[in-house]
Amino acid sequence: MSMIINLAYFAAAVLFIVGLKQMSSPTTARPGIIWAGVGMVIATLVTFVHPEISGGVNYTLIILGIVIGGGLAWWSGKKVAMTDMPQMIALYNGMGGGAAAGIGAIYLLQATPETVSNTGLAIAVTGSLIGSVAFSGSLVAYAKLQGLMKKTFTFGGQQVVNIAIFAITVILGFMLATGGGEIGSATLLLFFVLSLAFGVLMTLPIGGADMPVVISLYNALTGLAVGLKGIVLDNPALMIAGIVVGAAGTLLTQLMAKAMNRPISNILFSQFGGSSGGAEETIEGTMKEIQANDAGIMMAYAEKVIIVPGYGMAVAQAQHKIWEFTQLLQKRGVDVKFAIHPVAGRMPGHMNVLLAEAGVPYDIIFDLDEINEEFKTADVAMVIGANDVVNPVARTNPDSPIYGMPILNADQAQNVICVKRGKGSGFSGIENHLFYADNNQMLYGDGQKVAAELVASVKALG
Amino acid sequence: MIIEGFIALYIFMLAAFTGYEIISKVPVILHTPLMSGSNFVHGIVLVGTMVALGHATTPLEQAIGFVAVILAAGNAVGGYVVTERMLEMFKTSKKDDKKGDNA
Repeated sequence: MSMIINLAYFAAAVLFIVGLKQMSSPTTARPGIIWAGVGMVIATLVTFVHPEISGGVNYTLIILGIVIGGGLAWWSGKKVAMTDMPQMIALYNGMGGGAAAGIGAIYLLQATPETVSNTGLAIAVTGSLIGSVAFSGSLVAYAKLQGLMKKTFTFGGQQVVNIAIFAITVILGFMLATGGGEIGSATLLLFFVLSLAFGVLMTLPIGGADMPVVISLYNALTGLAVGLKGIVLDNPALMIAGIVVGAAGTLLTQLMAKAMNRPISNILFSQFGGSSGGAEETIEGTMKEIQANDAGIMMAYAEKVIIVPGYGMAVAQAQHKIWEFTQLLQKRGVDVKFAIHPVAGRMPGHMNVLLAEAGVPYDIIFDLDEINEEFKTADVAMVIGANDVVNPVARTNPDSPIYGMPILNADQAQNVICVKRGKGSGFSGIENHLFYADNNQMLYGDGQKVAAELVASVKALG
Repeated sequence: MIIEGFIALYIFMLAAFTGYEIISKVPVILHTPLMSGSNFVHGIVLVGTMVALGHATTPLEQAIGFVAVILAAGNAVGGYVVTERMLEMFKTSKKDDKKGDNA
């Protein structure tokens, strides 16, 4: 029997790696997740005959737990809107971290001097700490993105308090790990409480804009926690899947942080967006306004149009209308491309998902690196619902908080049209110099309404 | 005991490099689905929670194990559902799917 179980776990590990590999290319991504899913089902089913599972009550609890947890997740996952995807990922990820911490708790509760080694205890303790932090931290991230928690929460000496709590947690963990299996229940309880508290306190001061990087980091941490639990439970499937995700998640976190030009240490240990920009700078030029009808006609007679979508477009649910507008332009022979900044949307790649939902094929969607040189040759760049990612001060003004962030060079197009709800600065509160540029015209209005007007204006041309 | 001492360390090291390598060539357009997909993969923790609950003996252990199984099942199922939903939407405008990898 154990042969079958081990083979099944081996197969699952292979399927996970193959699945993840396929998920890194758009053409094979869909089969990738399905293969990984097959691996998960195989591993789960075979575990029912695992020799270490005993007791009828426990079997009942396992099945009941899977039905409840799986059912709720299935329902919520099917229901969630694409714009809310980042916080949903945070929530599911937190659940995984909590589960890893739970395994650790049971292991430590059952530990006796005869059954465990100090190494085993140390690994269990480390995994529990990481899992707990990922759990409570992800829940805070979820609450923030979901709008349940509006403000960033800071107080004087926060860093000191955080470090103190972390230090005490590590000391408690050290006591647990070196106790040779003599686990005091008070120590154990305090260890878990402080681990959870640390996750909350660490995440509270981080602003919403940085949340994607944090979620990605917690994803990597959960992977690591799961991998460590795999060692504790002597389960290679957990080990391999956990560590692979831990490493992949770490790299993904780095890529995201790089795209946002925010070193990971800055995100975690400094507060962003509290004070923005310092002194008021004077901006040359004035904002010019354009009507939707004129903007539509301008693009209809252009040769090349690049659309720069931002989260604002998705919030206004304008992506379907924008795609309709794009198709109308394409029928007239206009070359239309979409330019996506790495942090458009709420996390890297989120905007691609939102455009894909509207039916935009991915081969007219381009990354910053791929398209930035093309703005020079574009007749019109239309910026809709994006702001900071096209702000030229990131190139020119070293005092600006976003200085150095790679931006889309929309300002280099012949004409720029910025669609915006109203006057005012962006997410980070920084004035956008593009709005005052000579080649720029502002198109005020709700994204969806504007997009509908653009569609109408092109249709009217016949 | 099938994984002993240093063997665990070797597996750890190789798995870490594997994870790093698979992701290194991913285009930005797949970052969100991939994060979600890797989130799903660590849902394998479900297997661990099943075993942990399986040898739970006291009511406290059973309670912790039960909650852990619920959480882990949520991680696995939820991770799969949202990843699949996102990837389902990726389409190309070309009818014949050649290697349209824009990495």
